[in-house]
Amino acid sequence: MLAYALRRLLQFIPTILAITIIIFLLLNVLPGNAALMSAGDQDYSIDIHYIERMKKEWGLDKPVWLRYLIYLKDLSTGNLGLSFLRKEPVYDLIRARLWPTLKLAILAMTIAVSMGIPLGFYSALKQGRWLDTLTMMGAVSGVSMPQFWLGLLLMFFVSVKLQLLPPQGYGEGRFAHIILPAFTLGVGYMALLARATRAAVVEILTTDYIRTARSKGLSELLVNVRHVWRNTLILVLTTAGLQFGALMGQTVIVEKLFSWPGLGSLLVDSIFQRDIPVTQGCILTIIMVFLLVNLVVDLLYGCIDPRISYR
Amino acid sequence: MRNAIRKLMDRTNLVVGGLITLLIVAVAVFAPVLAPYHPIDDADLMVSDEPPNETFWFGTDNQGRDILSRVIYGARISLAVGLISQSFNTLIGIILGMTAGFFGKWWDDLVMGLTNIMLSIPSLIFALAVMALLGPGLLNVFFALGFTNWSYSCRITRSQVLSARSLDYVTAARALGYGRIRIMFTQILPNVIGPILVIATLGVAYAILLEASLSFLGLGVQPPTPSWGGMLSTAREQLFISPWISVFPGLAIFITVLGLNLLGDGLRDILDPHISKQK
Repeated sequence: MLAYALRRLLQFIPTILAITIIIFLLLNVLPGNAALMSAGDQDYSIDIHYIERMKKEWGLDKPVWLRYLIYLKDLSTGNLGLSFLRKEPVYDLIRARLWPTLKLAILAMTIAVSMGIPLGFYSALKQGRWLDTLTMMGAVSGVSMPQFWLGLLLMFFVSVKLQLLPPQGYGEGRFAHIILPAFTLGVGYMALLARATRAAVVEILTTDYIRTARSKGLSELLVNVRHVWRNTLILVLTTAGLQFGALMGQTVIVEKLFSWPGLGSLLVDSIFQRDIPVTQGCILTIIMVFLLVNLVVDLLYGCIDPRISYR
Repeated sequence: MRNAIRKLMDRTNLVVGGLITLLIVAVAVFAPVLAPYHPIDDADLMVSDEPPNETFWFGTDNQGRDILSRVIYGARISLAVGLISQSFNTLIGIILGMTAGFFGKWWDDLVMGLTNIMLSIPSLIFALAVMALLGPGLLNVFFALGFTNWSYSCRITRSQVLSARSLDYVTAARALGYGRIRIMFTQILPNVIGPILVIATLGVAYAILLEASLSFLGLGVQPPTPSWGGMLSTAREQLFISPWISVFPGLAIFITVLGLNLLGDGLRDILDPHISKQK
């Protein structure tokens, strides 16, 4: 188990390196040189000397590979650079925004897992019945629905019409403010999980070991609890981990919609302000959160499924 | 009996999905005929912010433009983005997956490495990064989305190639002296088409959602071009004054994506029951 965990941790490093390269290249080198554009303030953009001075100040006069290495060196010490616009360390900006986003993602995931998995499970056991049909219709709708639309409708009906919950903002962390954003964020994920769970259970129910379990006289309940459930969890965990990335991506939309002061809205604002270090930092942080979640998922596998750790 | 119901339901997916998709395509193609007004030019401030009524079925927006007409024309943008960007994705996926599976060695490692990295970057985040670089606009949306989602088709092509490589008919083709390229295109490609088609259908749906998201954030298709996501972005600002604006563009996205997803699910049930159920 320990060797397995170590191996997974080691695989983590090249992935992160590759991602930093891609993000760095994308935002710094390709035509357009966005970093250069943001260094030159609008009013001074004609002044060549000013641009030269800015380039030097921000280190943009060095060759790309050197800039990447410097970036990497800074990164290893947690230094994400300075914001072009606010001249503050990007690290501080991100740290202030990280918790609201995580809180939102965790609550959304909790809603999704606690409803999506049981629904999918139950649906698979009642294959072809109306409950199954209804759940799967709901699930495919949930996957197809643009979340910001759902959010808009909820905002209108729950907040504007019924005045039950605050329509937007962080509300200094009060719980009432997080309910709508978290639910909006969680619905698509819930639908995905329900579909994945159902598919997994349907597949497992046809396997030999379930037939064996039944034929040796175990009650349906015991078969479900002991054999189906455990194996479903492994399959569903994969989807849950992989799709968590989509959830992290969606936080951008949901945060923007509900004016939630998280990483996503920081990211969008920084793109509009052409504040490349902040954009870079936000993207990297979002991906890191996703990768860490998947690392945890992988380690969980090792715990649930003893076969995996020996591979 | 239960199996029969199941089968019928699978076909229902295909039929309903196919019909919805056809309908949306028809709306996009015949937009000039169907739309009662011009989506951009027919702006009349005298009738701004009108709720749905007999003249304007879906109401008007803050500039007095007919929302029904804008929603109808929006189908063109969404479908164009979906089809064009997914074609890019499919092409990249097929080429990379096929060559990786066929040539193997370092090339395979490189492609698979890249695929895994792409899978670990959330699509929307990657698209945002590209839009940050290129700036907003329809053409850039094609680019951003066309390079975002190729990993699924790449992986499936590669795995199909790997499993087909050792099959008898490929060995036979090799024994006949067919070159690698010829085998790839004449022997292996036809067998990959099924799963690729499924992934592409679901991919079009996903691209439409992503475009709507980008446009909603203001980084995608720019006003006054009628894109569903962009219309919802205005709708958010006007939620208190004219809430009906937020209903119809969103409904349009929902129905289109739902149709494509059902079609994709239906195709999968027919073509290949073994592809994993999630995308």
